[in-house]
Amino acid sequence: MADDEVTLTVNGREISAPKGQLVIAAAEQHGVFIPRFCYHPRMQPVGMCRMCIVDIDTGRGPALQPACMIEVAPDMKVDTESATTKKAQDGVLEFLLINHPLDCPVCDKGGECPLQDNAYAYGPGESRFVEEKRHYEKPIPVSDVVFLDRERCILCDRCTRFASEVAGDPLIHFLNRGSQTEVNTFPDDPFASYFSGNTVQICPVGALTAKPFRFKARPWDLEKVESTCTSCAVGCRVTIEASRNHVLRYQGVDIDPVNWGWLCDKGRFDFEAIESDERLTEPLIRKNGELIAASWAEAIGAAADAIKKADRDSVAVLGGARLTNEAAYAWAKLAKGVIGTDHVDAQLDDGLPGVVVAGLPQATIDDACAPNTTVLVVDANIKEELPVLFLRLRDAVVNRGVKIVELSAIDTGLASIAAVSLRHFPGEAHLAARALVAGGDAAAVLAGDLEQAKSLVAGPIVAIVGRSSLGEDASAVVEATALLLEAKSDTRVLPALRRANVRGAIDMGLAPGLLPGRVALDAGREWYRDRWGAVPEATGLEATGILTAAAEGRIDVLVLLGADPIRDFRDHDLAQRAVAGARTVVAVDTFLNASSERADVVLAAAGYAETDGTTTNVEGRVSVLEAKVTPPGTSRPDWMLAAELAFRMGADLGLESTDGIWREIEAHAPSHAGITAELLRAPAGADGVLVPLRAEVAQAAEGAPVQIAGIEGTEPDNAALAAAAEAADAEPADASTDDAGAGVVERAQAEAPTRPDTVVFSRGTPYDGPAIDAYSLRVVTQRKLYDLGTLLQHSPSLAALAPGSTLEAHPYDLDRLGVADGGRVKVVSPRSTITVEVKASGAISKGAAALVVNQSGPDPADLIDATQPVTDVRLENP
Amino acid sequence: MISDAPPIITTRFGYDDSHTLDRFLATGGYAGLRAALRRSPQQVVEDVKAASLLGRGGAGFPAGVKWGFPPANVWPRYLVVNGDESEPGTYKDRMLMERDPHQLIEGVLIACYAVGLSQAFLYVRGEMALAQERIANALNEAYEVGYVGRNILGTDFSVDVVLHWGAGAYIVGEETGLIESLEGNRGMPRLKPPYFPAAIGLYQKPTIVNNVETLSNLPWIVRNGGDKFAALGAETSKGMRMFAVSGHVNKPGVYEVEFGVTTFRDLIEAPIYCGGVRHGKRLKAFIPGGASAPWFYEEHLDLPLEKVTVDKAGSMLGSGAIVVMDEDTDVVRACHRVVRFFAKESCGKCTPCREGTSWLEKILERIIGGSGRPEDVDLLLDICDNISPGINWPPRQTTICPLGPSTVSPIASAVSRFRHEFEAYVGGPVEVTVPMNGLAYRAPEVAASG
Amino acid sequence: MARFNQENEELAREIIARYPVLKSATIPLCHLAQEQDGHLTDEAMEHIAELLGLTPAEVLGTASFYEMFKREPVGKYVVNVCTSISCFLNGGDELLEHAESRLGTKAGGRSDDGLFFLEGYECIAACTEAPCLQVNYRYFHRISNAEFDELIDDLRAGRRDDIPPHGTLALVRQRISEDRAAGVAHPDGSGQPVWLRDRPALQDSAPS
Ligand SMILES: Cc1cc2nc3c(=O)[nH]c(=O)nc-3n(C[C@H](O)[C@H](O)[C@H](O)COP(=O)(O)O)c2cc1C
Ligand code: SF4
Ligand code: FES
Repeated sequence: MADDEVTLTVNGREISAPKGQLVIAAAEQHGVFIPRFCYHPRMQPVGMCRMCIVDIDTGRGPALQPACMIEVAPDMKVDTESATTKKAQDGVLEFLLINHPLDCPVCDKGGECPLQDNAYAYGPGESRFVEEKRHYEKPIPVSDVVFLDRERCILCDRCTRFASEVAGDPLIHFLNRGSQTEVNTFPDDPFASYFSGNTVQICPVGALTAKPFRFKARPWDLEKVESTCTSCAVGCRVTIEASRNHVLRYQGVDIDPVNWGWLCDKGRFDFEAIESDERLTEPLIRKNGELIAASWAEAIGAAADAIKKADRDSVAVLGGARLTNEAAYAWAKLAKGVIGTDHVDAQLDDGLPGVVVAGLPQATIDDACAPNTTVLVVDANIKEELPVLFLRLRDAVVNRGVKIVELSAIDTGLASIAAVSLRHFPGEAHLAARALVAGGDAAAVLAGDLEQAKSLVAGPIVAIVGRSSLGEDASAVVEATALLLEAKSDTRVLPALRRANVRGAIDMGLAPGLLPGRVALDAGREWYRDRWGAVPEATGLEATGILTAAAEGRIDVLVLLGADPIRDFRDHDLAQRAVAGARTVVAVDTFLNASSERADVVLAAAGYAETDGTTTNVEGRVSVLEAKVTPPGTSRPDWMLAAELAFRMGADLGLESTDGIWREIEAHAPSHAGITAELLRAPAGADGVLVPLRAEVAQAAEGAPVQIAGIEGTEPDNAALAAAAEAADAEPADASTDDAGAGVVERAQAEAPTRPDTVVFSRGTPYDGPAIDAYSLRVVTQRKLYDLGTLLQHSPSLAALAPGSTLEAHPYDLDRLGVADGGRVKVVSPRSTITVEVKASGAISKGAAALVVNQSGPDPADLIDATQPVTDVRLENP
Repeated sequence: MISDAPPIITTRFGYDDSHTLDRFLATGGYAGLRAALRRSPQQVVEDVKAASLLGRGGAGFPAGVKWGFPPANVWPRYLVVNGDESEPGTYKDRMLMERDPHQLIEGVLIACYAVGLSQAFLYVRGEMALAQERIANALNEAYEVGYVGRNILGTDFSVDVVLHWGAGAYIVGEETGLIESLEGNRGMPRLKPPYFPAAIGLYQKPTIVNNVETLSNLPWIVRNGGDKFAALGAETSKGMRMFAVSGHVNKPGVYEVEFGVTTFRDLIEAPIYCGGVRHGKRLKAFIPGGASAPWFYEEHLDLPLEKVTVDKAGSMLGSGAIVVMDEDTDVVRACHRVVRFFAKESCGKCTPCREGTSWLEKILERIIGGSGRPEDVDLLLDICDNISPGINWPPRQTTICPLGPSTVSPIASAVSRFRHEFEAYVGGPVEVTVPMNGLAYRAPEVAASG
Repeated sequence: MARFNQENEELAREIIARYPVLKSATIPLCHLAQEQDGHLTDEAMEHIAELLGLTPAEVLGTASFYEMFKREPVGKYVVNVCTSISCFLNGGDELLEHAESRLGTKAGGRSDDGLFFLEGYECIAACTEAPCLQVNYRYFHRISNAEFDELIDDLRAGRRDDIPPHGTLALVRQRISEDRAAGVAHPDGSGQPVWLRDRPALQDSAPS
């Protein structure tokens, strides 16, 4: 037995458990469940509900001890069945019940309530309590989405511990004392936390309920499948819970490498959008100015004809980060293999260039959170864009001695947990990075203890690199990354990309210059020509280039894959001119949005929870998406639309099912070799599988069953797809005999060139940003968790939370420029002028004008010229 | 046995300026500190060990032994002085703080010097305005002259003594609750193990928590030697100790008597002490060590005030609080009055205490109100059993700290001895009146011997 | 006035400086706020939260645990009549009844002139002096009904300026002057105290 193991006996049976493990956990691992309410494996034990008290004998005779507080010790004897234990536990349960209302029949928790279950399992029958129960005003809102019923509360301290320990938002607290103790907020200071929904999930009774779920269904009516959240790229595991073909709830699933069971409120509650009656249910075509319903034959036909007519180099595909890996692959194959254009970009110039991402020495979330790691965060807006990654980092800092050094132009909320926060001038992340790791000019750091930061990053580090400002292009951040990797070659990087499956889209080749499997266009040409038949000749344009070309009339067909550039692209004016300038705009989407409502053809796509497949998170972890409900109307999965378009263009993608597509990905995409559909659904793949496959995972998977334990199969969804397919017309069938298509298949059998290498990061031409004049401020446009994004705006519970846009600047600058804090000001850029409210903030860098994009009111994207590296503005009193 | 040993810590109580630095210095004040500073910290610890001074806060743990607990090489270590005196019947620490604050401060300094405690917090109960005032004053004087603070008496011994006070919560008297409170939290006790203050205390650092009376003994011990102290009292209870005797006696008061040899009868009946149960009534019961102690009766009167003896007899000397009830006492109401206290003062952390104590209080209220049911008496006992399994002494507990089980003492005592009185109530509304004929004879609160 | 005034904010900072960890100053600062306003206002708790780097909910969570912090105005004098066991045995309840009729309010309420707030209180550590009470936490031992009436008259007539208005506890504050302070011991700062290493004996230059 390893010396970090101890042997003890539980109910007479000898077990061995790791030193430091709590009795309650050790017992559970060996099949002995000790009842509990306050204990939660992801939070510090408090031992206050007393439900878990059991007889524990450490040599001085058996004594009742809370199993959630006591660590296993050699020769300890635990008895969970002794008469004293049972009597004591019955007693505790009775104590919990005497003041608990008997409203189980109308309680959201009824049916999944540990108190209710325990009452049956351990509790005495009829009540001996004839006194009056405690009374409180029935449910009170503690936040916009969470209600609290203090009569049901059993004071287990879970929600309050979560708020202070995990989220770092101690806005709900125990108040008063003894039998008067209650959980509540400070008057008029709500529990406004991005993570408040987790308290509902961990509440062991029905005291905390979520506005979007209250009274919607009884837990026993819910059918669940396990899936992955795609509201951002962290990739939290969830269960999708539905009743009668309606999604009613997501719950976090606890997996070690990612979310530990937590979710952010956006991810938890934006399921409401799935149910929106504004969903697209059928294809649309523009006829004399109007978008009107069409048959799939018409719609697909119209799109296909437009593409066929167009010169391959004048077709561009924008978006795709919303897609599954399989759909992304299908569209990449269509665009690059069949149409032959490389003007393909899943991002809207709001992340890092695809080739850069594909080539980075990849760090995982666990790498960043490993004990005593130093994490260097460069321009990443983690709390707003990847909320649960923030929770993981916060835990790492608070409980695991991790030190964060933050390089940023603005306060992203990371300062609260960072060991050092360095402020740099907007657009000069690279200069600050140089000062930090390459002996560059210290003047590039405007605030923060550079020396302390230097000593912290002296050793090995994990870097998290992002794009916290859309006011500038990616050059500075890419340059900073290059400097880091030069100065510290062993550095691994976690790219803080926000869009759901952006990582997967890039891996699948939805980026200029890339082919599926992290292969550069040139390196992979032979390999893919051999498999696809054709591959683009030259590297194409990225988003800004595509939009510029479209605006200049050089794009005949612009395909928008779930992309809404007019709302989302950082340069509003360019996006508008581009959508207007493209001869034909084909939008593949789940909603009509600012861009798709201007399209000529709109293909209604099935959305989240309606299609199965896989997704890839920010660290390159592939996990399984399950469908739970049928898509609205005749809308269909994105991959199927690609396939049908190909058919109509006289090609056969040879893709018939998501599993089939994944098999092809696994076979073709070099980085994905060995990651089989079987592995992904095996226990070894239950937490998702990192790309590229790691040996130990491959071994663990040997002879693994194909189903994920405890998760039901996917028949209903296949049925759904079948239904959708029937709704389609016959074209696909006859097109399947098409030569080109057959040709693809034949060539695939010919003896193959060798598997190409995956890309490695290589620095571009060195960059040093432009100077700024003394009278101007430099724009930082940042995102907030809650904005005007399509899904959010169709989630009634969240839509109102978007904070709106104000301009933040350093008090020093406001002084200097004679602008009053709190007043309104005109922000003038070469492009345009907007008028907003000003707030002074010492937390952002001098010289910065920080604005929030995609909010109601004036749109900072009006100010920005995406063809310029940065945006400088002047403030004028209106 | 009534001993004629002179008092140790109440010697200045006779003077009405006993709280001033002048009076203190004029009566041997700070000589103990000087004596300590002339010796090594280790020697001082040895002396206190030799005195085998039992803690006076309730648990009765030997101070010298406790001082040895902080793990080696973990710094800093803190001292927290427990001046939260709130246990019903207890009245002695307030006296020591109001009337001889310098003696306490001197004791604090000796402890810090001996154990290597880098900062001391003197936690005084919130409701004791005068004590806070007198200690603040004394500290200001002592800082002024150089007895406290930097380079005390010109040596390299430096320590700040910070006066801190609570805001009304009995539970912060429990040492881990005290620490939580001092950290600015709700005074909810921590679970022991793992949170033994001497190892993991204030700010998670080793922390010595000592009671006011305990520390007030140190100057004398250092001045006169631990052996002198140990020469007083009995085998397991050395020195002198203060007892507050209240309730139905002729001369309620606080008396410093020789520990271990004086008996309950001496204290309650001797003319120099309480002079007997008032109005010549017979004794019905008495609480020997504060509200949380099981009750004693006539047959216990001749037990000496000696820790082990009293523990063996099934109760405790606890906080040195003796409450006497005469034959006319309505034990159901008396019992309710004690239970009400613990129900009010539960911190609310443990389910059995939070819910159980208030349930017990409600039942007793109902019984007294005349709506008791025959089954209520056994219900009371069964609820007690769920808070303190077995209802034994020393109590087992389903709770974190002993407050919950404290509720069990009065009920178990009253019901087991006077069940018929409860039954008289639950048989239906029975009028049991408690005569309240006037107040007890006024006596000096402390025997001003010496 | 609900946030700390200038003078009290400085005092607050002086108090905070005595503790190794900011949050420890929560209770002292709540007392200071109650001394300023007579009760503990929400605005004061918000100010305290700012000073200590806490959320207002954390301050309220701590404050509401303790009996003495009143979130509503309680008048000039809080009268606590002890009804705990020892006083109960010696006329505490009767004294409370008398107080209720004299002040025209049940325990837990304010006298009609708003001057007094009456509470039946738990043990105030004067058990041998029953029945007893406190006015603004100043003791009155072995109080007869007549003595109670006298006291109330004196208070009404303003003849007891030795008893400050509710909120003020000690009339003397601890002051630790810069030059005498040994300094706080930070939990993760200070090492072994110097005097535990070899040390010179007490010099006789010491004051006596
Ligand atoms: C519920 C409870 C209340 C207590 N109240 C006090 C108190 O008011 N004063 C005190 O000195 N000790 C009190 N104690 C004992 C303390 O926990 C601790 O044992 C004592 O202060 C240690 O000091 P000593 O060793 O000098 O006695 C209490 C204990 C419990 C469980
Ligand atoms: S026993 Fe009562 S007072 Fe003690 S910790 Fe538990 S709840 Fe609090
Ligand atoms: S689960 Fe252990 S005390 Fe609550």
